[in-house]
Amino acid sequence: MHADTLVRMVNDISEFFAPANPEAEAAVEVAGHITRSWDPRMRRQIVEIWQAGHADFSPVGRAAVEILAAAAARKAG
Amino acid sequence: MYSIDHTDLGTPPSTSSTMVNIELDGRPFAVPDGTSVMRAAALAGISIPKLCATDSLKSFGSCRLCLVEIDGRKGYPASCTTLVADGMKVRTESPKLTQLRKGVVELYVSEHPLECDGCPADKHCELQDMAQLHGVTGSPYLAGDACPPRVTAESRAVAFEPDHSNPYFNFNPELCIVCSRCVRACDETQGTLALTIQGRGLASQVAASAAEPFVESECVSCGACVEACPTAALSEKSLLTAPAPVQAVTTTCAYCGVGCSLKAEVADGKVARMVPNRAGHANQGHACVKGRFAYGYATHADRITTPMIRATLSDPWREVGWDEAIGHAAREFKRIQAKYGKGAVGGITSSRCTNEETFLVQKLIRAAFGNNNVDTCARVCHSPTGYGLKQTLGESAGTQAFTSVMKSDVVILMGANPTEGHPVFASQLKRALRAGTKLIVIDPRKIALVDSPHVVAAHHLQLRPGTNVAMINALAHVVVTEGLVREDFVAARCEMPSFDKWRAFVADKRNSPEAMEAVTGVAADVVRAAARLYASVPNGAIYYGLGVTEHSQGSTTVLGIANLAMATGNVGREGVGVNPLRGQNNVQGSCDMGSFPHELPGYRHVSDPVVRATFEKAWGVTLDNEAGLRIPNMFEAALDGSFRGMYIQGEDLAQSDPNTQHVVAALTALECLVVQDIFMCETAKFAHVLLPGSSFLEKDGTFTNAERRISRVRKVMEPLPGLADWEVTMRLANALGYPMHYDHPSQIMDEIASLMPTFTGVSYEKLDRLGSIQWPCNDEAPEGTPTMHIDAFVRGKGKFFVTEYVATRERSTSRFPLLLTTGRVLSQYNVGAQTRRTSNNVWHSEDRVEIHPHDAETRGIADGDWIGITSRAGETVLRATVTDKVQPGVIYTTFHFPESGANVVTTDNSDWATNCPEYKVTAVEVVKVDKPLDWQIRFRQNRETRLPSRHTTPAAV
Ligand code: SF4
Ligand code: SF4
Ligand code: SF4
Ligand code: FES
Repeated sequence: MHADTLVRMVNDISEFFAPANPEAEAAVEVAGHITRSWDPRMRRQIVEIWQAGHADFSPVGRAAVEILAAAAARKAG
Repeated sequence: MYSIDHTDLGTPPSTSSTMVNIELDGRPFAVPDGTSVMRAAALAGISIPKLCATDSLKSFGSCRLCLVEIDGRKGYPASCTTLVADGMKVRTESPKLTQLRKGVVELYVSEHPLECDGCPADKHCELQDMAQLHGVTGSPYLAGDACPPRVTAESRAVAFEPDHSNPYFNFNPELCIVCSRCVRACDETQGTLALTIQGRGLASQVAASAAEPFVESECVSCGACVEACPTAALSEKSLLTAPAPVQAVTTTCAYCGVGCSLKAEVADGKVARMVPNRAGHANQGHACVKGRFAYGYATHADRITTPMIRATLSDPWREVGWDEAIGHAAREFKRIQAKYGKGAVGGITSSRCTNEETFLVQKLIRAAFGNNNVDTCARVCHSPTGYGLKQTLGESAGTQAFTSVMKSDVVILMGANPTEGHPVFASQLKRALRAGTKLIVIDPRKIALVDSPHVVAAHHLQLRPGTNVAMINALAHVVVTEGLVREDFVAARCEMPSFDKWRAFVADKRNSPEAMEAVTGVAADVVRAAARLYASVPNGAIYYGLGVTEHSQGSTTVLGIANLAMATGNVGREGVGVNPLRGQNNVQGSCDMGSFPHELPGYRHVSDPVVRATFEKAWGVTLDNEAGLRIPNMFEAALDGSFRGMYIQGEDLAQSDPNTQHVVAALTALECLVVQDIFMCETAKFAHVLLPGSSFLEKDGTFTNAERRISRVRKVMEPLPGLADWEVTMRLANALGYPMHYDHPSQIMDEIASLMPTFTGVSYEKLDRLGSIQWPCNDEAPEGTPTMHIDAFVRGKGKFFVTEYVATRERSTSRFPLLLTTGRVLSQYNVGAQTRRTSNNVWHSEDRVEIHPHDAETRGIADGDWIGITSRAGETVLRATVTDKVQPGVIYTTFHFPESGANVVTTDNSDWATNCPEYKVTAVEVVKVDKPLDWQIRFRQNRETRLPSRHTTPAAV
């Protein structure tokens, strides 16, 4: 899937949770929303996109993807 | 003429619970106080002669045929206008009464000769019945000297000409007995007030608007007058050609989310006419031009009735048998899964199909495909409703029954246009408004309910497209800062930490109406007044539509609406609530049945091991515990190669989804697309297998409307392709190696009831008995739940959410200075596949774009000019209507015709939570052009060779 599309989706979700919560909590909410509603291949891709250093993540969006990456690593390991 | 199986009780029921004892023809009876003598008699099995009364309308007392004798009263009171009183003694028959009644009938017959042979109402005409009952075969007034001076054509107020202008019904004044039931039906039932009686005495006559032909008058062709007419003066054209109906089958309209109960009157396996069911719970005996008249598409020559396959999109279609088509589809899906993985295929359920069919398609995907790649067209309309109401209240559905609006003091109508989109609910709402309910409209466009001759909104908050959240926050700000919160309700019913956080958020100055004025464009004092009005009455209700959900902040607005309702204590009883007006007939049902990729039937997440275990046990498979792909994700995945096969039942994604170019590219990339549809729709052009579908007339099942009301769909004719949709899905599952076996849809419903806690008590037997059921229906609510969240919210405590306004990316710029928003018209439905194949085109034969006079003038555009509309995504050309219904800076169009290409210009922006596309805001520029684009001209030509012409031929009477 288009990296830009996925990053935009993460940022859109973050824009909802960010104003209502401190950054760390907002990131947990965003990661939770993505885990509940995204197909696994999209979650894998967004982690790869983050690992490749995509520049357009919002701060909360980036923190959320870090959480997803850690969860994926735990699952794999 | 009302339905052939209707037993009329003369006047509407009384709502009183006090009983009154009376004596009728010497026998005692008890009836509710406020009942008419006529209705009391009918309830006791005594039918008093009548002509001007019918039980859907208030009594009028004009024909003087229903006279009775009452002890202690002088003369002969009319039983339709006389109410029962305790101890009243009534005689319905006596020689004197018979003599008086006979005289009345003779007078009528003198004006309406009994030439009944060949009349469409023959054997169902109330005048004919009365004549027979009183032994009247002709009129003494018509013979010799007794004949009074006949009314001359010149003395009539209106020409005595028959009016055939409406494509569906005729008006023949010769047969009119001036009972005024039609006039009252148009007022009371429909609320359009298109008819009047013109002239006086014998010269009086019914006239539409200012004596115009029906089709050019204000008439919206709902048919209420036709149903109410006791003779054939107003009658369906279809009755002139179809054999006289012999049976009435109760079924449910397959168009909008109101879900009207209809009676299909049939003879020889054909529908002779469709009549609203007076006992219908959703529609109270009413219907609109679509459900009532536009069912002809079901037998249109364009119907596909034979399965077809082809290897590639450039090959011609090859007609094959069912086994070959289904075998081919199954082999292809298995091949793709073997090569690209289990997740490389998926499917789409249909909001136009029944609950049972939708349930089977998602079951096929989850159990036979073994993944959760299932989605439905609710993705593009009400998915934010599902998300927002589940998060806040705990259930993904509206909270009320439609009739609840009669108890509302104030209604907020936001982003919905019910007179066009949900016409029968609009009639209900208009009844409430005429009885004193106040209306607040929040909409970028001046919809009809804002200001029409008979309804005027208290406030119209004409906001800029894309600023709903700003508006909801501003309204909430007033509630919170002006002490309008129902503190006791919130403390008892809601999660206080979430409330406190929300209260602090909306109280912030940046959310005040004054601060938001620059964003919404609506004056702060108007917003304040509207908020005070909603929050200060006992019962405030919110109704909303796609103008709320189809935005990048669609889910946020739904959350905001629920916040507002909870803060003002407006949830959990009649007259209040949060009410999504659903677009397609079975959107609610398709969502309930587990059509979303993250939820099993009943809105339970696929990751819940307990829920999954129930389904695994019943279905004998292991289910995937991860969410699947949504429609837009499927398109993206098709383009990157990880998604290769798709089964689409009854949805036209190529036309209904945003950014057409993108959708077309994705569909073209699929290796196997299986489309099940009744027509060769746009999506079918990209298919490899075409499975002919069946219309709602051809199968048994249920639909669930916007009030959570489950109603039966009943088969009135055999499926044209030989199999109903549920049978096709069943065969496909079997061919995929997953056994499914049902003999009748009732067995599918039994399985649904066994797996969904909100459906435990639902069965076809109970639906037959009760007429309809609003879920939840289970041990706690054996007959269903009209009002939800009464003592507690489904999720326990109501939860508030902070709803920060975030401007959409679609902003007007110097390159794209206008905002395009979209909507619907009454006569057409959705992408128009059905209604375009009916005479409804008489009212709407092309989509036009509305533009404000100011914007038109600066661009040199005049009414009727072709204008090119360009957005970041694409370009289309439509004809202009210059009107101040839209505000400067905003243009508006409908999208019922494929050549309109509204979705060629809409972008792929979508709701943050659900990816519901942002149909309602697209930044565009418009210029005057000479003609439509080449592809639009091709579309139009194609259509015109196939569709009935705009001019309807007058039917012979
Ligand atoms: S058209 Fe029918 S309903 Fe209307 S006044 Fe005449 S007879 Fe009555
Ligand atoms: S069809 Fe409906 S709108 Fe038209 S005149 Fe009859 S009742 Fe009124
Ligand atoms: S389209 Fe809607 S309002 Fe019209 S008859 Fe059908 S369900 Fe009723
Ligand atoms: S039915 Fe009572 S006056 Fe006509």
